[in-house]
Amino acid sequence: MKLSFSPEDEQFRAEVSSWLQDNLQGDFEKLRYRGGPGDEHTFPEERKVWEQKLAEGGWTCVGWPKEYGGRGCSIEQQVIFFEEYARTGAPGRVGHIGEGLTGPTLIAFGTQEQREKYLPGIVAGTELWCQGYSEPSAGSDLANVKTKARFDAARGKWLISGQKVWTSLAHESDYCFVIARTDPESVAHKGLGFFLIAMDQPGIEVRPIVQITGTSEFNEVFFDDAECDAGDIVGAAGDGWKVAMGLLGFERGVSTLGQQMQFQNELDEVVRQARSNGAAKDPVIRQRIARAHAELKIMRYNSMRILSGQSGSDGALQKEALIYKLFWSTWHRSLGELAMDVLGPECEILESGPYELSRLQSMYLFVRADTIYGGTNQIQRNIIAERGLGMPREPKGAAQ
Amino acid sequence: MEFVFTQEQEMIRETAASFLAEVSDSAAVRRAMASEQGYETALWDRICGEMYWQAIHVPESCGGMGLGYVELVAMMEQMGRHLLCAPFFSTVCLAANALRVAGSEEQQAQWLGQICEGKLTATLAFNGGSSSWDAQAITATWRREADAYVLNGEYRYVIDGHTADLLIVAARAEGTAGEQGISLFLLKSETPGVSRQWLPTMDQARKQAAIELTEVRVSADAVMGLPEQGWPALAKTIDLATIALAAEQVGGCQQMLDMAVAYTSERVQFNRTIASYQAIKHKAADMMLKTEVARSAIYYAACVAHEALEGGPLALELSEAASVAKSYCSDAYFEIAADALQMFGGVGFTWEYDVHLYLKRAKSSEHLLGNGALHRERLARVLLD
Repeated sequence: MKLSFSPEDEQFRAEVSSWLQDNLQGDFEKLRYRGGPGDEHTFPEERKVWEQKLAEGGWTCVGWPKEYGGRGCSIEQQVIFFEEYARTGAPGRVGHIGEGLTGPTLIAFGTQEQREKYLPGIVAGTELWCQGYSEPSAGSDLANVKTKARFDAARGKWLISGQKVWTSLAHESDYCFVIARTDPESVAHKGLGFFLIAMDQPGIEVRPIVQITGTSEFNEVFFDDAECDAGDIVGAAGDGWKVAMGLLGFERGVSTLGQQMQFQNELDEVVRQARSNGAAKDPVIRQRIARAHAELKIMRYNSMRILSGQSGSDGALQKEALIYKLFWSTWHRSLGELAMDVLGPECEILESGPYELSRLQSMYLFVRADTIYGGTNQIQRNIIAERGLGMPREPKGAAQ
Repeated sequence: MEFVFTQEQEMIRETAASFLAEVSDSAAVRRAMASEQGYETALWDRICGEMYWQAIHVPESCGGMGLGYVELVAMMEQMGRHLLCAPFFSTVCLAANALRVAGSEEQQAQWLGQICEGKLTATLAFNGGSSSWDAQAITATWRREADAYVLNGEYRYVIDGHTADLLIVAARAEGTAGEQGISLFLLKSETPGVSRQWLPTMDQARKQAAIELTEVRVSADAVMGLPEQGWPALAKTIDLATIALAAEQVGGCQQMLDMAVAYTSERVQFNRTIASYQAIKHKAADMMLKTEVARSAIYYAACVAHEALEGGPLALELSEAASVAKSYCSDAYFEIAADALQMFGGVGFTWEYDVHLYLKRAKSSEHLLGNGALHRERLARVLLD
């Protein structure tokens, strides 16, 4: 085991840090610590410009291979980039779905034409993406998607009809990747396709969902014969599930370390509050803060294990990767509760009316989503028990 | 950054696992724990003679294998998994670490050399009977008389204290408090004035003793390091031992999880294995989460401990890494053992099944060297005060 970074890596860290300090100035200054989960609705236009600023410096898609426009950074350098990014308080990325999900998926499963058509816009920070997975009747049971795709041979296009829900940033996005049923007779994970769809067209309507925070970053997206070019299906019709599952693997990448730096920023704020209002003297609060601190440290070590480990040849996740979602989401939810308990009765008082939440209030409410999206805690426990421990699979319900 | 075992470390881990599966099965543990000595001499001789584990992280210059703390931690994990009854934790994780941190070259050559030859067991005594496990826990005293030091006082919770050949004891100058005045002494256990009493314990697989010193006279060459400035070295030794103990706890977590999954996969009620119920699966999933998180904590702590002994920037994190690991692992082990007992149901309550051995070990190791709350308070002091 070896944990140190090389002198070259440390030099890279200095380079990242100084670029961010030099550029997160002027109009961008107000973006510091903004735009993360729960705060996505703030400064969308400025954050789009910031995305392009990053691209000018060569700081988008740092982990992608150079041949696809990336920076070709080693894992160590990617870790450093995301750590420094969060440490500086640089804003939540509006381009993270394209960079983290669409790009790696097209690099792994896409055609050369698809890569040439879509990757440059992601690298340049000019084209934003959203993810069309969940549906009203396909939540935990994701394979139960009802959205249909039929090929109109006369027009040479796929026509997509149906409804997606919980689509982050749909209202800001240029494209959406969508899983839809290509075989209307099929059930479950068979007969699905993975489509790349332009959002700006008459067949698509986006309706924001007003959330527990009073703000909206999730949307409903309605497709009514929305068009998709024949060349914009990834893999063959029927391969959609395989592509969709491959994509989920990319969600557990190095960017989780950046996420943890954001958690650290939040915990630092909780510590600051506790020290200033006297809660830091309360023995129960002390225990809870120390526990949050210890577990966040370990979360980082766990990610280092994930990044260092070799995935099985069958693509199976290592145990430390299988437990990761359940661990961080539960930790983060507890941090929200801790933040309010540190504030005491003051936690009720808003920044201003009618419903302007402080950063910690917003965090407290938003983290309730963490243990629900991307596989609820209950689904995570099923997956851990079945794949990690070989316990019996859940019985299938009778078809309706 | 390579946060995984090297091939050689993996091999050491596997060798330890297969050896212990053979020599430390349930019958062997129960034989050893029923005796006052607490281990079988023949097995300890095999460990020292064939496996050379007692020498694992001792430098080659002192007759050791010269391996690192990562290897030691990998081995402790396996010992915890198999509840090995042997004076390993006391001799290697407490005493050898104390010698490495505080011993002079001569003291190291003499005593580490004998430990490596398998001729000597040893332990560390500092706690006078407190739950604080810090400098305040040291109540024994020393005073100077001409060229000699005279020691008086009591120690409790001394691991293998009734059998160890060599005692490393901490005492404070008469009239001092806190971290002041503390010195470490090397003491052969048969020195006149040393009285040792085995303390029967709930966890029979790890033996504890009380030691009483009455006007014990030692010469100046028994002092480790500078007199009155022993606390930093002792604190470092305790942190190193704490990390090893946390690793042992992780081995216990893994064993409880595996036993619970195996048992519930066999046990049938209502015409299905109870492992097929979500109530059981979700408990098992939480147990696996805690086990893997605990493992991430001790692997990192092992790297920190390694640099604390061999040099490196991580050395500065020793105290924090020990508290992060021990607080998480202590709570995780007890919760996992308690859940495992619940999953075993009635048979988990019997003396015949091994679950109680682990439940008892979980509680004894939780309180040894400070429980979760104590280590969280140590972290809180740095963060909040």
